[in-house]
Amino acid sequence: MRSVEAKGRTIDEAISNALTLLGVPRERVAIEILEEPSRGIFGMLGAREGRIRATVKENKEEFVHDFLGRVFKAMDLEVKMHSRTENGCICFDIEGPNLGVLIGRRGQTLDALQYIVNLAAGKATGEGGRITLDVEGYRKRRNEALVRLAKRMAEKAKRTGQRVVMEPMGAGERRVIHLALQNDPDVSTRSEGNEPYRRVIISAVRR
Amino acid sequence: MRDLLEIIVKALVDHPDQVEVKETEEGGSVTFELHVAPSDIGKVIGRQGRVVKAIRTVMKAAAIRDNKRVSVEVLG
Repeated sequence: MRSVEAKGRTIDEAISNALTLLGVPRERVAIEILEEPSRGIFGMLGAREGRIRATVKENKEEFVHDFLGRVFKAMDLEVKMHSRTENGCICFDIEGPNLGVLIGRRGQTLDALQYIVNLAAGKATGEGGRITLDVEGYRKRRNEALVRLAKRMAEKAKRTGQRVVMEPMGAGERRVIHLALQNDPDVSTRSEGNEPYRRVIISAVRR
Repeated sequence: MRDLLEIIVKALVDHPDQVEVKETEEGGSVTFELHVAPSDIGKVIGRQGRVVKAIRTVMKAAAIRDNKRVSVEVLG
């Protein structure tokens, strides 16, 4: 993160000095006051300039582009990245040859990288908002498969009247199952167990 | 691989300048000893080790190509 220290007879003056040094508009910096200015006696004796530190707030999307670019370079992967914003969530689609390693078994590498990216971006920009990563449409396909599976298992629960216990899944995948069935009045879903063995249970609702 | 570890860890800590990685290789196994500022240890490990687990998962993926086993240990 780029940051500078600047001085001024007033805090405002120190800020505008810092902005000149950084070459960015006011809304892109975070200001920390290091020392309040004091006017001294008779405007001269003991007068002291104020000191501030101005830090450029990074744009989240740019930060992630840059961060992932360095990560993939270090992994010797050739990728193309596209990002888009969707319901306040920044989605990165990653494409390229031999990206299976980035997905990992059941997407665990992708989940791990996504977790790290969210932590790093939150720290660098101080902004909330989720970032999701997808490699070669993996998440999209997986989500579609999960929705189909959820519907099939819901049918089974209704037919047999018994609860259906699903395989252990991560939080994101469980969420997909819950959402897929939330509008079905004939079944209810909940999660049971402890991570990483937490699983969704689908039960038929007797009406 | 060492670059990758440094890039990731430096993005997570408050004192990136104090991040040091020591690499030792024995047979097909690479061990990374990670040194960070004392106040950053918790950030690198995470609640219930969640962060370090994610770091290890990504490092393992990076090691597949080199056909190596990799371990990451956090030391102060």
